[in-house]
Amino acid sequence: MLWLLFFLVSAIHAELCQPGAENAFKVRLSIRTALGDKAYAWDTNEEYLFKAMVAFSMRKVPNREATEISHVLLCNVTQRVSFWFVVTDPSKNHTLPAVEVQSAIRMNKNRINNAFFLNDQTLEFLKIPSTLAPPMDPSVPIWIIIFGVIFCIVIVAIALLILSGIWQRRRKNKEPSEVDDAEDKCENMITIENGIPSDPLDMKGGHINDAFMTEDERLTPL
Amino acid sequence: MEKARPLWANSLQFVFACISYAVGLGNVWRFPYLCQMYGGGSFLVPYIIMLIVEGMPLLYLELAVGQRMRQGSIGAWRTISPYLSGVGVASVVVSFFLSMYYNVINAWAFWYLFHSFQDPLPWSVCPLNGNHTGYDEECEKASSTQYFWYRKTLNISPSLQENGGVQWEPALCLLLAWLVVYLCILRGTESTGKVVYFTASLPYCVLIIYLIRGLTLHGATNGLMYMFTPKGSSALSLLAFQIEQLANPKAWINAATQIFFSLGLGFGSLIAFASYNEPSNNCQKHAIIVSLINSFTSIFASIVTFSIYGFKATFNYENCLKKVSLLLTNTFDLEDGFLTASNLEQVKGYLASAYPSKYSEMFPQIKNCSLESELDTAVQGTGLAFIVYTEAIKNMEVSQLWSVLYFFMLLMLGIGSMLGNTAAILTPLTDSKIISSHLPKEAISGLVCLVNCAIGMVFTMEAGNYWFDIFNDYAATLSLLLIVLVETIAVCYVYGLRRFESDLKAMTGRAVSWYWKVMWAGVSPLLIVSLFVFYLSDYILMGTLKYQAWDASQGQLVTKDYPAYALGVIGLLVASSTMCIPLAALGTFVQRRLKRGDADPVA
Repeated sequence: MLWLLFFLVSAIHAELCQPGAENAFKVRLSIRTALGDKAYAWDTNEEYLFKAMVAFSMRKVPNREATEISHVLLCNVTQRVSFWFVVTDPSKNHTLPAVEVQSAIRMNKNRINNAFFLNDQTLEFLKIPSTLAPPMDPSVPIWIIIFGVIFCIVIVAIALLILSGIWQRRRKNKEPSEVDDAEDKCENMITIENGIPSDPLDMKGGHINDAFMTEDERLTPL
Repeated sequence: MEKARPLWANSLQFVFACISYAVGLGNVWRFPYLCQMYGGGSFLVPYIIMLIVEGMPLLYLELAVGQRMRQGSIGAWRTISPYLSGVGVASVVVSFFLSMYYNVINAWAFWYLFHSFQDPLPWSVCPLNGNHTGYDEECEKASSTQYFWYRKTLNISPSLQENGGVQWEPALCLLLAWLVVYLCILRGTESTGKVVYFTASLPYCVLIIYLIRGLTLHGATNGLMYMFTPKGSSALSLLAFQIEQLANPKAWINAATQIFFSLGLGFGSLIAFASYNEPSNNCQKHAIIVSLINSFTSIFASIVTFSIYGFKATFNYENCLKKVSLLLTNTFDLEDGFLTASNLEQVKGYLASAYPSKYSEMFPQIKNCSLESELDTAVQGTGLAFIVYTEAIKNMEVSQLWSVLYFFMLLMLGIGSMLGNTAAILTPLTDSKIISSHLPKEAISGLVCLVNCAIGMVFTMEAGNYWFDIFNDYAATLSLLLIVLVETIAVCYVYGLRRFESDLKAMTGRAVSWYWKVMWAGVSPLLIVSLFVFYLSDYILMGTLKYQAWDASQGQLVTKDYPAYALGVIGLLVASSTMCIPLAALGTFVQRRLKRGDADPVA
């Protein structure tokens, strides 16, 4: 009698959980790819943990707080490691709709991944696409900041060079015209020493020391 | 009182300026491609022969002309013969076209440089699609580096006809590039002379660092072996292949072309640089040094490039193997980690026999991974610099550092060449009394930069890269060959080779050896004529010109025909520079006739 009941129960279970059954999902784990030497073996204890995580995810769904570990059925475990699972309702006759299971898994994917030391690429629920983390987008793109810095440096350098060029040219233009004026006006009060006007009382700016020879006049022009 | 001509502070500045101008992006992205296409090591033979026969003599000629005439290209050629001032004008026009589009490359280098300060590098990951369940479709079909180049940098349109608007990001980078160039040329030789210390030497530092890094990368030896033994397997067939390549006329023509354009002859930049020399400067020695350094840099850069190729190809090949293993593991539920590179073929055979139906079902999805085919992707130009290199860089450790170094090097190379280009335009302008009496040289430089920047905005539009390719392929090639041909004939036969030789002897104090005279009078003009004939016949035989357009839906390049107005622009580009020569000659002839007509009644 007991044997009959056992066969009946496992037969029902087998019907509910089959590859390609309604509301069943295939799961694929790549433990060795993720962990290399530290890979753990997939055994019934790990399966128990998996069932627990799925039940935990379902319990977070409103109206499904009564989901137990025994409601999660696993089948067709392969060497890969891959298997199929379904979640049944408390009566164990029907499976829960795929949509509910899908949304529950999606919301808790991170917890499930962490429980097994895996990530979205190594713990795959086929038919449940995982939401990819969007790349971090700062409010101001970094490149504009760097661009702004270099742009300002270049503009300041150009302005400095142009201004110093204008200033130099203005200095050069002033001296020849002063020499000409001094030679023209004989009754000028400015005394001329060696052709260079020397006016110690000249209050113009106070920067230029006329007693020094300028660069141009050191070499006699041809 | 005449203002003394500005001079280089010392002859080292002059040599650095020439090196900085000649060593440009072509050494990095064109020479490795040619090496790969024409048999790797065996390409060096025609290359070195052409260097000695064509490169050095023509370079020496241009430097000597500039140093002797002490004026920019227009003034120099007018002095040689008033009928030939058109040669100078043509040089200026070609330099103008070149500077218009060349600085766009610097703008792109700036763009990539600014984007290198992020983690992860923006071209290493695909952006997500609308509902965050997967990656952007275009990026999936192409690769993330291609997507970043074609979509994020260029935002390229599907064809030349669809112009699109000016993209503000590349436009800003172009503006910055022109401001940097303006900063360097602002004060003439005073500022240029100091900048070239950096633009000439820094690229070598980066290349050496990259050489050390490149040679230590996993898979670099694959690339290096491929450079010297492309498509060859055994040593015997390798030797036969290399000898076969020597007999291939295309190898020789491409070697001659590469030497010619790599040295930057005919633009007037070398004449401009040499005009700021002391008359007693030994330009023969400098010509030999510059051309040797230029060729050495090409070879050096191609060693670096091939080790990077090898790394990238090995990485992609191993990735491909991993993908195939994963596909097989998932389809047949094999144990994770069971399939490795060594047993892949065995297992495939076993699976094909054990589960024939299932295997044949998924067979179309299996890609044939081959290291050869990964290495075979010969790329040149912007594709190499911005797609292939960035793909290799994103897989290196500390990729931000390598990326910054690499784009900084590209910038130095590009700006160095830009200094030469702008010098070719500015020197004739500042030499001309009319213009320089009204405007100071800062204003002339500023105007030139402004005009170039404004026109360069065309290349920042969505179809801008197609226009860039047009300028890159047609603006300079034919015109330069003609210009240099006329230059050589002018110096040798119009001015007189003997007269030129005695000028040089008086100027530098050294006699001109017979080798240079033979090259200038005979060999080099013949070479240029044959190159010219080859190019013309190539264009005529090719029929309609085609270009490569990016197809976003397929994620790859497709070939399209140029529309009529694009062909018109190409014709205009070539004509506007070459026609200067006969038109100026005609103009001078008419002018002289009129003057003689005026003078006659008096006499």
